[in-house]
Amino acid sequence: MSNLLEVHQVVKKYGQYVALNEVSLNVPKGSIYGLLGPNGAGKTSLIRIINQITMPDSGSVILDGEPLQPKHIQTIGYLPEERGLYSSMKVGEQCLYLAQMKGLSKSEAKKQLDYWFERLNIQGWWNKKIQELSKGMAQKIQFVVCVLHQPKLLIFDEPFSGFDPVNANIIKDEILALKEKGSTIIFSTHRMESVEELCDHIALIHKSNKLIEGKLNDVKRQYRTNTFEVGILSSNVEGLIYDITQHFTVAPAQFKSLNDDLKLEIQIGNASPNDLLQVLTQRGQVTHFVEKIPSVNDIFIQTVTDTHNITPNQF
Amino acid sequence: MSIVSLIIKREFLSKVRNKSFIVMTFLSPLLFVLVMGFIGYLSSMKADTKRIAVHDEMGLFAPSFTKQNSAKNEFRYVDASVFSVAALKDSLTKENFEGILVIPKTNSFKDIEHEVTFISNSSPSISFIENTQRTIAKEITKHNFEEAHLDTLAIKKAQSKVSINLTKASGEASLKGLNEIKIGIGGAFGYLIMMFIIIYGNMVMRSVIEEKTNRIIEIIISSVKPFQLMMGKIIGTSLAGLLQFIIWSVIGFGLLLAASAFFGVQINPSTKLPPEVLASAQHELAGTAQMYLNELWNLPIASILIGFVVYFIGGYFLYSSFYAAIGAAVDNQTDSQQFLLPIIMPLVLSVYIGFFTVINDPHGTIATVFSIIPLTSPIVMLMRIPFGVPLWQILISVTLLFATFLAVVWFAAKIYRVGILMYGKKPSWKELYKWLKY
Repeated sequence: MSNLLEVHQVVKKYGQYVALNEVSLNVPKGSIYGLLGPNGAGKTSLIRIINQITMPDSGSVILDGEPLQPKHIQTIGYLPEERGLYSSMKVGEQCLYLAQMKGLSKSEAKKQLDYWFERLNIQGWWNKKIQELSKGMAQKIQFVVCVLHQPKLLIFDEPFSGFDPVNANIIKDEILALKEKGSTIIFSTHRMESVEELCDHIALIHKSNKLIEGKLNDVKRQYRTNTFEVGILSSNVEGLIYDITQHFTVAPAQFKSLNDDLKLEIQIGNASPNDLLQVLTQRGQVTHFVEKIPSVNDIFIQTVTDTHNITPNQF
Repeated sequence: MSIVSLIIKREFLSKVRNKSFIVMTFLSPLLFVLVMGFIGYLSSMKADTKRIAVHDEMGLFAPSFTKQNSAKNEFRYVDASVFSVAALKDSLTKENFEGILVIPKTNSFKDIEHEVTFISNSSPSISFIENTQRTIAKEITKHNFEEAHLDTLAIKKAQSKVSINLTKASGEASLKGLNEIKIGIGGAFGYLIMMFIIIYGNMVMRSVIEEKTNRIIEIIISSVKPFQLMMGKIIGTSLAGLLQFIIWSVIGFGLLLAASAFFGVQINPSTKLPPEVLASAQHELAGTAQMYLNELWNLPIASILIGFVVYFIGGYFLYSSFYAAIGAAVDNQTDSQQFLLPIIMPLVLSVYIGFFTVINDPHGTIATVFSIIPLTSPIVMLMRIPFGVPLWQILISVTLLFATFLAVVWFAAKIYRVGILMYGKKPSWKELYKWLKY
């Protein structure tokens, strides 16, 4: 799979402050790419560089095999975190205007708008002014504006903020549908459960540096601790614990189970899960056996706290 | 459609459709005419006659004051020499006197010069005092002549009054007061530019601030270059402004015609002069008017009009870029005050230079220098053009103006680029300087 977007060694400074320190990213074609990082990590700076709102001090950005150029604006759709539309302009007129700015002809823009308005069931809003709409409604319009020109690359900055669960779901389904159609999506957020749900690639930026990047599963594999959650029904608990501690590290665990079983968290180190199973089956009936996979949330928190004393922003 | 023209169209339509814009477009000329009419009405009203008691112990001056009494004169002099000053003072309010002019009896006329007193509870106007002094002095001079046995009539005959005729080398007669007309024409155009810059420059600034407060700027700026957005805004807003100006001129001209027709009918029948006098007066008047008209036609009308258009565009664009940069730098209009002062200053300065320096010496150093400096040149140069300006000066001035405009646009676009994405930060001059380096 080739990369739609490649960011090479991008540096961005604001005066003395380094917002991006030689950050490189590879966003594969057709992926949903989660761009993670705590507040002020440099995500927005990077997104603004990709959108050509600001220029990097050094480094390069390659889109679809070509260095980033003004014409690429038309192939990118951007939903900024700071939402806003002209409050006194009518919805339809405004969408047409913004679509034409992205290079669509008026008739093409109208056609696309009709399609999206029908799809999101908002046909009646055409002649309303933005100031008459609720915040969530305005967000929907903004989403439409962002995807209207069928961009190859979509950049969503916190797309679900401000949506109720029903509408958030509608938007999530639309994002997945866009991916099916072949769009590549960069997804910047703090909400880890949506990353878990949608993204197949992630990158973590912290204090202007990229710390992690890769396929979600690869990253998780990298962060696995070879720990298993075990539920077991045993008549001889002491014997069981003794046997396990001979080979592995054990700790009590918490998970939901229908059985009144013993719940353990066992770290097997370099051994194979079968070794553990052998020990367990000799001493009782196994009711639960799951590898404890680190959640994105865990990885995020672990990485960010681990690197708390890493390279400060000031140089 | 290119992106800039798209922006121009949106900016133009959003301004023109705005309710307050529509209301102001049609209400302003009406208000203007109403105010003018009100001023005209006030000035045509006859002021109350003020009674002045003249207490003349010499008995020489009172007649020359009472002689001045007429329906037109604001002051009515009453010879009150028979009453004592004390009595007059007591009756000041009762008799409704504005004041008492006391001319005491002295041994010689020379002494009177410093002995005349005016008693009043309100301070008299300068013109009243001057008139009073003149009247007394004239009377004294007359008596001095008589005492010296000089023939006043002969003296009057001997006195001469010179009136210089102005002509040009080409032989045509020149007219006095033409400088005033010239400065009036240049000044009107210059003033127009200043008003336009202040009103519509502010509009550009508001429109930039609006995009910031609506938070739409990030979407726009990810589609177009800041420079395109800025140019689109400036041009779109100025087109809306031009439209408003044209509507104002048309309505104003119509109202003026209506008003002059209305008043013209009222004035004419009242002048009941013998036809031959009227005819000769008209002839004379027509002759002078013809000369003025000739002079006006001889003014470099083409250069004035071309100059107006060029300086209007240059000046307006230059200042609008400043306004746009300020709009980008601040979050709301209250914060913009500190940055607005340096913009208004050169504008006001140029109008002052125009009216005080150019009229005295249109080609002097001050006028020349300020008509070349870009911030003041649009107004000052326009005021100089009717007096005839060497072409090289105009060329330097225009070149400098447009070069500065480009430099300012570059500088403003930089501030704009950084500023529009900054929220909630009150910028200082130092901060702006830092943004230039981003």
